[in-house]
Amino acid sequence: MTFDIVKVRADFPILTREVNGKPLVYLDNGASAQKPQVVIDAITQAYSHEYSNVHRGLHYLSNLATEKYEAVRGTIARFLGVSDERQIVMNSGTTEGINTVAYGWAMPRMEAGDEIILSVMEHHANIVPWHFLRERLGVKLVWVDVDANGDLDPDKVLGAITDRTRLIAVTHLSNVLGTVVDVKSICDGARERGVPVLVDGSQAAVHMPVNVEEIGCDFYAITGHKLYGPSGSGAIYIHRDRMAEMQPFMGGGDMIREVSKDAVTYNDPPMKFEAGTPGIVQMIGLGVALDYMMGLGMENIAAHERHLRDYARDRLDGLNWLNVQGRSVGKAAIFSFTLEGAAHAHDISTILDKKGVAVRAGQHCTGPLMEHLGLAATCRASFGLYNTTEEVDALVDALELCHKLLA
Amino acid sequence: MATDAFEDIVETFEFLDDWEDRYAHVIDMGKAMEPLDEALKVPATKVEGCASQVWLVPHVESGEFSFRGDSDAMIVRGLIAILGALYNGVPVAEVPKIDARAEFARLGLEENLSAQRSNGLRAMIERIRHSAA
Repeated sequence: MTFDIVKVRADFPILTREVNGKPLVYLDNGASAQKPQVVIDAITQAYSHEYSNVHRGLHYLSNLATEKYEAVRGTIARFLGVSDERQIVMNSGTTEGINTVAYGWAMPRMEAGDEIILSVMEHHANIVPWHFLRERLGVKLVWVDVDANGDLDPDKVLGAITDRTRLIAVTHLSNVLGTVVDVKSICDGARERGVPVLVDGSQAAVHMPVNVEEIGCDFYAITGHKLYGPSGSGAIYIHRDRMAEMQPFMGGGDMIREVSKDAVTYNDPPMKFEAGTPGIVQMIGLGVALDYMMGLGMENIAAHERHLRDYARDRLDGLNWLNVQGRSVGKAAIFSFTLEGAAHAHDISTILDKKGVAVRAGQHCTGPLMEHLGLAATCRASFGLYNTTEEVDALVDALELCHKLLA
Repeated sequence: MATDAFEDIVETFEFLDDWEDRYAHVIDMGKAMEPLDEALKVPATKVEGCASQVWLVPHVESGEFSFRGDSDAMIVRGLIAILGALYNGVPVAEVPKIDARAEFARLGLEENLSAQRSNGLRAMIERIRHSAA
């Protein structure tokens, strides 16, 4: 099918609104994406007609809600190329997913002196849980730099493996530089050395087709609100062998089989790792969002965004006072930049906002990367499936005004 | 009526029709403001909770309040300059009576004081009121 951008935009009601008297140009998709009407409708439908708690009721609505909720597990598996949906743990997003691995898998099996390899461009969600292990167990965090273009050399990652390496935790797509990491090569090499790999797929799954079985990773985390789904939804793929090694992270209802005063037995995985009443409606909404994306076609979305990337790169390169961070050839349509003449990212985003252009200013939850780049902050324009080349032009116009006012 | 210095700013802003001109003027005020001595940019003077870095050094002498401030963001510097016009030279007892949001509204800049804006202006005003208490 062809990708009809006019039709796609019409699916997202918020895109017709104005901000500060200007048409909204939403370029903060890296932080969170807007929702199509089908997702909004699904949420309304669920709460209006199909809501109850899941898994435990024997009544009609509970069965209906359970069916709808559990069907999402299959949708996520299909979306990620996972053949056995029991390897999908549903949760509130990547942060919960990685913490589940840190507490449930890593903490019980690591000790002082063990090493975790991280790239310098990780998001804090893929850093801070590992800092917990450093603080509490004395685990050593081993950092691998990116090159001047923002590329991460898989051989450099594999070269950092020692006999103490217990995990490699790496992003599939940098939320700041847009770099796409060759996680398959990292996983291939790591497997030969017996080192598990966790991939943070928060950004990648939004912009390109992902098949975790081809990648061969042990863990792959995604987050629903970036995938055009509700906030508070997400999932993590956990390879069945790692799942068998894992302890539950959170205890509560739904994850148990029997509880007595002296003993507890657990539900089978993946339920063992899903304590408490889940985000039922959020997950149902996420299922609809993933179906929406797959309906458009992930290849079509990727092609549209490559077109946006090329156009944006050319236009931004035409601004000789703008420094774009990240020159990786195959990067996603994510552009972090600073303005020469020491204008603060905060100033730039304030003026862009007055022009209706929404970008993110700050560190983007990537303290170590900012340190590596020697920057206090950047502005980031991150594109999504509904953005247009006209919006690139609006960004460039607004940046020219920034330059005029601030330089 | 606010201070003469602030009323002068109000008068200038009356001639500025659109936001571009108003922000251009705020930026100019930021550029013109005397920078804070680097030695004064220490944790004690730093105002937390801001997207940009903001420092504030209050001073009370003979019952009169004044402060000096700085930021690494130019628009915030300009807003600090306006805050200076609003608060500097005011008797300490009068400081809590100033409705900064209402005064900024006269300049069409009140959005900068909304609770969700992380530019630190609100936190600065808190600090000013606290140091004059």
